[in-house]
Amino acid sequence: MADTPAATARARVMRPMRDVGIVGYGAYVPRYRLPAGEVSRIWGGDGPVTAKAVAGPDEDSVTMGIEAARNAMARACIRAEDLRAVWVGSESHPYAVKPSSTMVAEALGATPEILAADLEFACKAGTEAIQAAVALVGSAMGDYALAIGADTAQGRPGDALEFTAGAAAAAYIIGPAEDALAVLEGSYSFVTDTPDFWRRPREHYPQHAGRFTGEPAYFRHTLGAARGLMEALSIDAAQIDYAVFHQPNPRFPERAAKELGFAREQIAPGMLVDRIGNAYAGSSLVGLSAVLDACQPGQTILHLSFGSGAGSDAFLWRTTDRLRDRQGLAPNTLAYVSRAKEIDYGLYARFRNKLRLH
Amino acid sequence: MREHWDKALRILAEEALLGALGDAGIERPEAIWVGNMMSGQLSSQENLGALVADHAGLRGIEAFKVEAACASGAAAFRNAFLAVAGGMMDIVAVCGVEKMTDTMGDATTAALAGAADAVYEGEHGLSFVGLNALLMQRYMYEHGYQRRDFAGFAMTAHRNAVGNPNAMFRREISLEAFERAKPIADPVGLLDSAGIADGAAAAVLMPTAMARAHGLRCVRIKASASGTDAVALHDRRDPLVLEAGVLSSQRAYSQAGITPPELDFFELHDAFTIMSALSLEASGFAPRGGGVRLALDGEIALDGRLPIATLGGLKARGHPVGATGMYQIVEAVQQLRGDAGRNQLPNCRLGMTQNIGGSGANIVTHIFERVE
Repeated sequence: MADTPAATARARVMRPMRDVGIVGYGAYVPRYRLPAGEVSRIWGGDGPVTAKAVAGPDEDSVTMGIEAARNAMARACIRAEDLRAVWVGSESHPYAVKPSSTMVAEALGATPEILAADLEFACKAGTEAIQAAVALVGSAMGDYALAIGADTAQGRPGDALEFTAGAAAAAYIIGPAEDALAVLEGSYSFVTDTPDFWRRPREHYPQHAGRFTGEPAYFRHTLGAARGLMEALSIDAAQIDYAVFHQPNPRFPERAAKELGFAREQIAPGMLVDRIGNAYAGSSLVGLSAVLDACQPGQTILHLSFGSGAGSDAFLWRTTDRLRDRQGLAPNTLAYVSRAKEIDYGLYARFRNKLRLH
Repeated sequence: MREHWDKALRILAEEALLGALGDAGIERPEAIWVGNMMSGQLSSQENLGALVADHAGLRGIEAFKVEAACASGAAAFRNAFLAVAGGMMDIVAVCGVEKMTDTMGDATTAALAGAADAVYEGEHGLSFVGLNALLMQRYMYEHGYQRRDFAGFAMTAHRNAVGNPNAMFRREISLEAFERAKPIADPVGLLDSAGIADGAAAAVLMPTAMARAHGLRCVRIKASASGTDAVALHDRRDPLVLEAGVLSSQRAYSQAGITPPELDFFELHDAFTIMSALSLEASGFAPRGGGVRLALDGEIALDGRLPIATLGGLKARGHPVGATGMYQIVEAVQQLRGDAGRNQLPNCRLGMTQNIGGSGANIVTHIFERVE
C-alpha cells in the first residue's frame, strides 16, 4: 500500500489561471469547554486533550460559520455584494437537505446574486470549500468567494472520540492576489476510497474503524498530499516557515510533522487541539487562522487537511505586506480559544442533545 | 507482524507457506494443515484448507483446517506430525494463520469468546479477558501476590522483542508503565495481555533422515503431545492448575526422555501474564503458586535459567490467535538452528513450545532438538 516516491513524482500542483490568495480570514470558537477529566469521570479512561469546545444550545455550524465569516469580511475590507460564491463545508450541516450556505449568504447580505452550495468530505469539507473558491476566483468567474469549514461534532457517549469531538468554524475569503494578505503558491489533493469513519443517514453518531483510522487513513493521505505538493514545488520543511495540520488529537499531527521534517516550533502556533478539541471540518482552518494571526509578511505556511473516507488537501500560502494591516481588524483566534467557560458532563449532555426528552 | 491492513487472510497464509516451502526446497507437499480459529466469523471463510492450498498453487494436494481455539497452530502441527511420524506421508506443510483486523471491537471479542464455553460462560457475559481476570484474581488471593509481581512476564517479552524485526511491539516497557496500564478487566491491564494482530507462520515436516539426506538445515521434533481439560473454568478440578498442560507436558517429557531442567528455553503461551505463571507450574518448572516467582527472580530472562518468549512471545511479537502456535514453533526452530540473531541463545540444544487453547482446555506441547 506504499505510495512510492515514483508515484508522487507524477504529482501535479494545482494553480489557477490567475494568481489568487486569502483576502480575509476569521475564526469562531464557542465559549463552552468540556474538560477531558469530565469525560473520564463518567466513562473512565483518559483522553489525549485537556478540553474541547462545545457549542451552546443555540449554536450550530451555520451560526458559527456566520460569525467566522463576519470576521473574515472585516479583514477583507470588501462589501457583501462583492462576494460571488459562498461554500460551507461541514459534516454537521443542520439539514440533510436545505443548504447551510444560503443562510450564511443571507446573513451576510450577499444574496441574491450569489452562488451557494454545501460540501461534505468529513473533516476536509472546509478545505474543499477553499479549493472551490480558489477555482472560481482563479478562473475569473468571480472576484471574491467565501469558503467556510464548520462543525459541531457529535461524539458517541463512551467512545474514545468523545474526548475530542469539538466545535469551531473558520472562514476564508479568496480573492485576487493583488488584494491578498496571503497568496496561494499552489494546492494539491490526495484522495482514495478508504472507509475509516462514516455515518449512515439515520444514525445519530458516526462509526469509526479504530486503529484503521491511523496509518491507512490519516497518515497515508496527509503525508501523500504533503509530499505531493512539496515535491511538485521542490520545497522541503526547512524552507517553509509554518505547517498546520488537521488535528484529531495532538499525537497524529505531531507525528506527521516529524515525518515531513518539521520542527515543533513550526507547528506550535497552529496546534489548538489540546484546548478546543477536534473541530472536524473547521480543524485545520482554525489552526491556519491562528498561524495567520501570528505571522509576519513574507512567510510561508503549509496547510494540510484530512477528511475520512479519505483524503487530504494541501496548500502552500505565502503572506504579503497586507497581512500586518488586516490581522487586527477582527478578534484573533487565541482570544476565542482563551474565552472559555467550563461546563460539566451533565450540561454538555443537555447542550448536545444527548438526553432523550421523549 | 502487526495489523496488515492490506493483506487478506489467504495472502497472509500464502506468503508464509511459500516462504517455508522455499526454505525447505520443496515445491509440492503431499498435504497441508492450516491452523486457524476464527476465519468463519471474522472473514466469512471456512473451507480454509482447500482455499489456502489452492491459493498457494497447490491445488489437488490434501488439505485440512484444524481448530483448537488459540492452540490451532500447534494442533495443526501435531496433526501433520502424526501423518509423517505414522509413516503415512513424507512431506507435509503446516501453516497457522489468523486475520483479526477486518472486524472491529465487539465482533472480534465475540469471536474470541468462542474459545470458552459458549453456553455456561459466554451467555453469562464472561469475555475471554474476564475469564483470565478471574484466574489472576484468585491466584493473587491464594498465593499473596500483587499485580506488579506479574510485570516480569510482560517486561521480558518486550525486552526480547526489541531484537526481533518481525515483532509487533519492539519497545521495552517499564515497571511503572505496567502498573499504570489501563485496566481491561481488573486485575488484567493492557500490558498483561497480548494484543490482536494479523499474521501467519509455516513449517515443512519430513522424516529426519530424509531432511539430512537432502542436506536441509533441520530441527528434530523430539516430542509432540497434547491434552484436554474441561472448557468451562468452573468445571476444572482446580482452576489454578492447567491439567491439560500437566498432561501434555508430561507426555512430551516422556516421549523425549527428558526432564524439565534439561530444556534450554520455553516458548510458552503468554497471552495473559497469569497464563505464563500457570504454564510454568503445569510444565513442572515451579510448584503451584510459584510461577510468578520465576518472573520476580529473573529466571525467565534471555540470560536466565529458563528463557521464555525469546523473540517477544505472544505479548510483544504478537498473537494472531490461530497462527501463534506456529510462530512459537518457528521461533524455536530459529533458536535451535542458530538463526535467532540478536536474541540467539548460546549453545541451545532443547527447546519446548506450548500452545494453549481457551483458558486451558486444549494444550499442545512440542519439544525440539538441535540436529548436528
